[in-house]
Amino acid sequence: MSHKLIDLVNISKSYGDNLVLDELNLYIRENEFLTLLGPSGCGKTTLLRILGGFESPDTGKVIFDGADITSLAPNKRQLNTVFQKYALFTHMTIAENIAFGLKIKGKTRTYINDKIKYALKLVNLDGFENRMPDSLSGGQQQRIAIARAIVNEPKVLLLDEPLGALDLKLRQDMQYELIRLKNELGITFVYVTHDQEEALTMSDTIVVMNQGYIQQIGTPEDIYNEPENAFVADFIGESNILPAIMVEDKLVKILGANFPCVDVGFGRNKPVDAVIRPEDIDLVKPEEGIIEGVVTHLIFKGVHYEMEVSANNYDWLVHSTDMFPVGTQVGIKVDPFDIQIMKKPESEDEEAVIIEE
Amino acid sequence: MKSKRILSGPYLFWAVSFIIIPLLMIVYYGMTNQDGAFTWMNLAKITTPENLKALGLALLLSFISTIICLLMAYPLAMILSKINVNQTSFVVLIFILPMWMNFLLRTLAWQTLLEKNGVINGILSFFHLPSLSIINTPYAIILGMVYNFLPFMVLPIYNILVKIDKNVIDAALDLGASNFQTLTKIIIPLSIPGVISGITMVFVPALTTFVISDLLGGSKILLIGNVIEQEFKQGSNWHVGSGLSLVLMIFIILSMALIAKYDKDGEGNAF
Repeated sequence: MSHKLIDLVNISKSYGDNLVLDELNLYIRENEFLTLLGPSGCGKTTLLRILGGFESPDTGKVIFDGADITSLAPNKRQLNTVFQKYALFTHMTIAENIAFGLKIKGKTRTYINDKIKYALKLVNLDGFENRMPDSLSGGQQQRIAIARAIVNEPKVLLLDEPLGALDLKLRQDMQYELIRLKNELGITFVYVTHDQEEALTMSDTIVVMNQGYIQQIGTPEDIYNEPENAFVADFIGESNILPAIMVEDKLVKILGANFPCVDVGFGRNKPVDAVIRPEDIDLVKPEEGIIEGVVTHLIFKGVHYEMEVSANNYDWLVHSTDMFPVGTQVGIKVDPFDIQIMKKPESEDEEAVIIEE
Repeated sequence: MKSKRILSGPYLFWAVSFIIIPLLMIVYYGMTNQDGAFTWMNLAKITTPENLKALGLALLLSFISTIICLLMAYPLAMILSKINVNQTSFVVLIFILPMWMNFLLRTLAWQTLLEKNGVINGILSFFHLPSLSIINTPYAIILGMVYNFLPFMVLPIYNILVKIDKNVIDAALDLGASNFQTLTKIIIPLSIPGVISGITMVFVPALTTFVISDLLGGSKILLIGNVIEQEFKQGSNWHVGSGLSLVLMIFIILSMALIAKYDKDGEGNAF
């Protein structure tokens, strides 16, 4: 797990005046499932295309297994790509599609036939050899696209929003399928998506990007529980992002009320942002809470109720399995370790936190 | 249902009056003699040495022209499909512009250009170069055919090339194919339908033309189109003219069937 397979050094890329990637540094370890996550236009697909060799960076280097491959053509790279819209060869059968890369490499008939069988079994589409791509459903076509890439035994598989065109149920099934494939094959996956749930489900490491900058790198738990800035907090799941003052170590003043927290080292009376996930807020009797408010909205979501509580001029988003009808006076309580304190953005990098949605 | 049928009325009327009835008339004329009795004689007229020669020459020249058009149009269509949209419309316009000029006029212009004392030879002699004498030869006819029909080959190929998903080409490169392998294994097979319609749109009018051969071949070179024209106009023999037309139609249908069959094979063995 520790071996660095890919090292991206100071990658910059712009199209005309539009700076897509700015001095980006990132390494990818062997056998890692790494996800580039961000809103559209954040540079994640460009980064993937630079890895695949379809774009060349304006500055910087791509190091693969110790060798500089920055200017190497895509057909010479030891990695394969699964494209967003499958990009199957519609004039060939499924078997011919899967065999394409192997035939180019001059493998023997028997080797190729074995590989086709193996790959189709791996993606649960045995017996599809002689079908044409057009006769398959979207999910099946995507699995063929994956089979076509993996038979070449790449060291890295690049996936460009491969589940984007599928419906929800199929997307969830395919997520488990991809995790299983990755574990069975033992190859590195670099996965691009704008879907935070997909990223949290599958990744070993998530790289959150916005406007050409990396906002945070970490495990799904890190990213979700300890977002480093307001952009990450807001992009990953729902959250209450509140302007606050760090009174002293382990004490933060949010909307005029003092909340005990666990964060230290921000100094005294410094303005900060506090993130509180909606499921971490406890609604209690008014006199037991740190601040007091009134329930203004109530929606049943299946697993939980979603409520909005108006308290100290802020609408708190709350998820709870307990139901409080609209109009109920409630107290808001948050456990100290459920409050995540973030520095206010100071530099330009961190200013790049405008959210699309 | 009924109202929809009414909508097809104008075309139905058109098709019956101007396609089906004329076709039946040609079949009738082609299969009867002057007295109205049934005969195969008009069809058999194709076997006379001069008619066979005209048919053979027409097949040969239109075949050569089609090949030349294809060889010129494919690379051009590829270049057009790769440059960005704003420039494309300009370049396409340049290609289509001549088509907006009258077809006869363009062919007549070539006659003037190629004449013994024409513009091209004037320029050549000015530079003391040997004069070019291709007017009234099959070469001039091929030139005329290629000049007139080239756009009909470029457009369908261009149309199909721009529709090929860029990701498919990236996928081929990604799987290790070189640029040349991507061209032969992916781009060309995917563009076959465009090539087929291009071939059809060049080969058929080239095979039946009599204007180009008239103007650029003098009256010495007779293609099957000229023979049919003469039967109708000079000989006033509608029966033989119709019979020869029918034979020519059979040849076109056969050629198209051959291409279609080749296409099917091509798809099956594309790999």
